[in-house]
Amino acid sequence: MGALVNQLPIGLSIAAVLLLIALGLTFTFGQMGVINMAHGEFIMAGAYTAYLLQGLTSQSFLIALPVAFAVAGLMGLLLEWSLIRRFYGRPLDTLLLTWGVSLVLQQLARDVFGAPNVQVTAPGWLVGGVDLLGVRLPYNRMFIVVLAVVCVVGVWLYLTRLPAGRRMRAVVQDRELAAYSGIATGRVDRFTFLLGSGLAGVAGVALTLVGPVGPGLGTFYIVDAFLVVVAGGLGQLRGAVLAAVALGFLNSYLEFWTDASLAKVLVFVAIIAFLQVRPQGMFVLKGRALV
Amino acid sequence: MLTVSEVDAAYGRARVLFGVGLEVPAGSLVCVMGRNGVGKTTLLKTVMGTLTPTAGRITFDGQDITRMPTHLRVRAGMAYVPQGHVSFPQLTVWENLQVTLEATGHRDPAAVDEALDVFPALREFFKRPAGFLSGGQRQQLAIARALITRPRLLVLDEPTEGVQPSVIDEIEAAVERLHREAGLTVLLVEQYLDFALRLADSFVVMDAGEVVHAGATEELHDEEVRRMLAV
Repeated sequence: MGALVNQLPIGLSIAAVLLLIALGLTFTFGQMGVINMAHGEFIMAGAYTAYLLQGLTSQSFLIALPVAFAVAGLMGLLLEWSLIRRFYGRPLDTLLLTWGVSLVLQQLARDVFGAPNVQVTAPGWLVGGVDLLGVRLPYNRMFIVVLAVVCVVGVWLYLTRLPAGRRMRAVVQDRELAAYSGIATGRVDRFTFLLGSGLAGVAGVALTLVGPVGPGLGTFYIVDAFLVVVAGGLGQLRGAVLAAVALGFLNSYLEFWTDASLAKVLVFVAIIAFLQVRPQGMFVLKGRALV
Repeated sequence: MLTVSEVDAAYGRARVLFGVGLEVPAGSLVCVMGRNGVGKTTLLKTVMGTLTPTAGRITFDGQDITRMPTHLRVRAGMAYVPQGHVSFPQLTVWENLQVTLEATGHRDPAAVDEALDVFPALREFFKRPAGFLSGGQRQQLAIARALITRPRLLVLDEPTEGVQPSVIDEIEAAVERLHREAGLTVLLVEQYLDFALRLADSFVVMDAGEVVHAGATEELHDEEVRRMLAV
């Protein structure tokens, strides 16, 4: 029983990381129809940013969060501006293109940082944990959860309160009408890439708290993040949150009861079964206009 | 104000427009008529820039806009109400208007009130997502959205199609007021002959991607013109 309960923070923190990664994917997928296979490498870039910054100052880890956001965000912006925008409307081509970019970036990381994994030392204040009602809550995992909550609330406020967020929702819902309303849709697309990639970078920093950093870090999470996107419904914030939590717990508990590979198989089966019942995901655009 | 000359347009390899020419003088209301599938909507999309012509030239106020991106045409003073009462379904009525206001050059909040004075009923639905409005309400929202940009040319694609009769009257009255009283230049695609007859200064009839007839509204009574419009 104790072990079962102790699995709780693990499931929650996996959900938190998946959510940070899936947010960027669901926006780029929902808004531009781009399946960005290179998204995982923005996670890696964020993680290596934390690695490079560690030891520079006493608060390197906290500084790494915004820096990783900027580094990964700019990488995303550059990718959109240089390549992806030339391939809009061609989903299979963007899939191949971004997969190629993903391979190039992984090799680049191998050349620069070496193939073996490196370790980021967690700051002292994140070592240890606290016992709450018999549940062991490790500080590092709790920090990841708080980080994700802050990011999601931030994104939600951005989408619902700020003019730029309103523009983004408008483009997601009807790109042509957005242009007819005077919105520079190309600029909105570029900013969406910046935001989504930046969040992946933040997820990368978070991941350094629970495991080593290597060139293949992104590939490990990207498939699960895509599952979150598909199960949650494209471009849907609520859906991504729910699906990430469901998948995070499913992953951690199934791994606990069986083993890592069988857990993956079972998660896939669960997702396939879910999509048979609800192919559109948990949430979709609603309203009379779309019936 | 708007001049379309010798414009060809195509969706991929399927050509839809063949050397279309059109003149919308400042202060006039020009109606484009014709059966379904003759290229009326395609012409409007080419005018607004969602479709780039393969040949020909479009000018607005003397400026060549043939290759100008859509959002810049809107900021230059062209507004478009697409066919089928389109809105951002998950944004509230207020957000639909606000997002348009924020994208305009002037950003004058008074523009929202001006647009709502044309369709006061919209105020009741401010907080409701646009997707939950009826077709007629959404069409009013669509026109209000276009007016917020303070256009000098209003382009309307079948504004009365699929709209309940009571709202048709309101929309007609609004377009009439905007044109007659505010002097707004209007380019209108309309199948509904009575509406066109009452409002238009001149009209063009399209068939199979070409303009087959152009003239003053009085000629619309001609047997020949009526025959061209018959389904």
